[in-house]
Amino acid sequence: MTRLATRTDLNQLADSLRQAPAAGAAKPQIFVGMSTCGLASGAGKVYDAIAAALQEKGLADHVQLIKAGCVGLCFAEPTVELQLPNQPIVTLGDVTAERGRQLVDELAANGSFSNPLSVDNAIFKKQVRIALRNCGRIDPEQISDYLRNGGYQMLAKAVFDWQPQDVIDTIKASGLRGRGGGGFPTGVKWQAAQGAAGEIKYIVCNADEGDPGAFMDRSVLEGDPHCVLEAMAVAGRAIGARRGFVYCRAEYPLAVKRLGIAIEQARAMGLLGEKILGSDFAFDIEIKYGAGAFVCGEETSLIHSIEGKRGEPTVKPPFPAERGLWDASTTVNNVETFANIVPILEKGAAWFRSIGTEKSPGTKVFSLAGDIKNVGLAEIPMGMTIQELLYDIGGGSSDGKPIKAVQTGGPSGGCIPSIKFDTPMEYETLTALGSIMGSGGMIVMSEGTSMVKIAHFYLQFTCDESCGKCTPCRIGCKRLHEILDRILKGEGKPEDLTKLEELGNVIKDTALCGLGQTAPNPVLSTLRWFRGEYEECLKRGNRPPTYRIDPVKCVGCHACFKVCPANCIEGKVKQPHTIRQQDCVHCGACFKTCKFDAIARE
Amino acid sequence: MATAKHSSAAATAPATPGADTAKYQQLEAFLTGLKVDGADLAGRRAVLIPALHRAQEIFSYLPTEVQKFIAAHLNLHVSEVNGVVSFYHYFKTKMSGKHTIEFCLGTACYVRGAAKLIEKAESMLKAKLGETTTDGLFTLGSLRCVGACSLAPVVQIDGKTYGRVTAEQIPAILAEYQK
Repeated sequence: MTRLATRTDLNQLADSLRQAPAAGAAKPQIFVGMSTCGLASGAGKVYDAIAAALQEKGLADHVQLIKAGCVGLCFAEPTVELQLPNQPIVTLGDVTAERGRQLVDELAANGSFSNPLSVDNAIFKKQVRIALRNCGRIDPEQISDYLRNGGYQMLAKAVFDWQPQDVIDTIKASGLRGRGGGGFPTGVKWQAAQGAAGEIKYIVCNADEGDPGAFMDRSVLEGDPHCVLEAMAVAGRAIGARRGFVYCRAEYPLAVKRLGIAIEQARAMGLLGEKILGSDFAFDIEIKYGAGAFVCGEETSLIHSIEGKRGEPTVKPPFPAERGLWDASTTVNNVETFANIVPILEKGAAWFRSIGTEKSPGTKVFSLAGDIKNVGLAEIPMGMTIQELLYDIGGGSSDGKPIKAVQTGGPSGGCIPSIKFDTPMEYETLTALGSIMGSGGMIVMSEGTSMVKIAHFYLQFTCDESCGKCTPCRIGCKRLHEILDRILKGEGKPEDLTKLEELGNVIKDTALCGLGQTAPNPVLSTLRWFRGEYEECLKRGNRPPTYRIDPVKCVGCHACFKVCPANCIEGKVKQPHTIRQQDCVHCGACFKTCKFDAIARE
Repeated sequence: MATAKHSSAAATAPATPGADTAKYQQLEAFLTGLKVDGADLAGRRAVLIPALHRAQEIFSYLPTEVQKFIAAHLNLHVSEVNGVVSFYHYFKTKMSGKHTIEFCLGTACYVRGAAKLIEKAESMLKAKLGETTTDGLFTLGSLRCVGACSLAPVVQIDGKTYGRVTAEQIPAILAEYQK
């Protein structure tokens, strides 16, 4: 790897990379998704099998085999994508080593892949990929792949062509808002940091993706680390910072590793460090590890953690843009926010505004998890309805039953009931429903999920993760948790629901940081939309639900009879069935199986 | 390297059984390699968390002696070091069993039945989450979301990921380690 001493060097290298694999476009390409989910599902073996088969058939030089990031189809890992020259890309799911060898055999025999079992393209059709544009399409451990696709050109422009203010103006005009959850306009943040006093300034990338069920930042770091590094360097140029930090969770070892490789490669090529591309601009990036504290996703806590202290938040103002890391002006942006910067600069603010909605331009990556068929990542234009995301892209619930609710925004978010699934997703609309956009984690819950237990689960999380600095969060959440505890034990009192609401609202108004202020959301939103379940719980208490078959609705399909583990369902085919209550173990298997809505849960 | 001003412990390995001496030497080499400026308090603080990560890699947990050792080396008060250790979940102050079983407590895993897996393992091993079995073979722990939600519910044993685990599979999985 030679150092790029000038901008001309960068352009020449990019040109030669584009032409170099003379067969470049003419060569078949095989991408193996090798992110955490893929590797845990056996992508390593698939890659090895394909590589060995290519060698065996003498195709190693004629086919490009690429260790790529993930395309977001977590439910179908390991995934392999096939690109034949001048043909649409084909995605294969659940690929085994054996299937990998077969693919090579077919390629060797026919020069194409016969009838590949493809993942439904509908999943991709409704997506618009900006932040995830390169994920799964390039080798994240090769800077040349990124450079071939126009990488670091915007950094070159920011250094040589544009004034710092030009960059900030473009970001401001694009209307990009913080993708970590807050939704604060990124351009405004940058402007404040640029205007802040002091010689020393810092850029921080928040990769402490602590929301359970959110994994888009991991995917970007594992699949396209350079896009974050380039954006950070551009931000450094615009704001006047010379040092940047990526604060990454210790739970993401692969992301940390790939980020480390990317930083080394960028330094070696003179794209980070002193005299970038021969200019006077210097910018370097270090990785800082988190150590497992949810609150460190909050920017002031994160800053304290980088300083080596307990990650406790401090009151804002002063905002980090004025006084942050080591008391210097600090700009903290989330991974996904940074991943949007380079495309905006490339294609312009007007292009970005043409996607999404007026108030929330652009796209958002959501991670679908829980009771949903197509678990994975989906990047969609803002303003798409929840319904479209869950059914057209997510494929509906995993058991085919209607979806009861979705939880967005992790422990800071709320539950949205199915009657509101026609809501277009924007920062404001989700807030109006008592939830938040958050980082984009979306947990899908099917009929069998108890909303009281879900609220209890999140409160447990918040109690564990409360840093303890402010009283409303430390003690308030504990009290909320205790009330939920006793409701679930069957010891609830009628006034408990009002108490939950009152206390929840007090915490919202008085907690010190964003996490404390949003901690009651899971309780408040489930109380708002699923009050009936709380009331049922007050009445029923700890008693498990009773299942009854409605003799009118039951068609006698016998399906429940077959799944009942206690053999307590009686009835002949085509005649209404009944449940022998004394033997019922309350497992709900019959309820889940019934396709005729004939079983009632009380 | 700064000298100990506040800490009661000397910056040398405490008198511990021989096996640990090598570990302390390893840690000392790492701390010396950090080359922090003794006069720079912010600089010494900034390397504390990396130092604790390294120490936990070496010792598998952070006993009081190790915390004192690091405090002395970085010229930080031992209470400050302990404050940081106790704040972050990742740092452990108790020795673990031979194998660590960790259950992901992320929401996706919860929705897909992680609680049942924990129940099953707790009743089989007669130890609660956070405890070590009496034979010292297993430590049960919880994991913050690992982001592999497609594999929910997820169990990790010594870092190896088991996906889509059911309560019925738990005995067989544990048996792999009970040999």
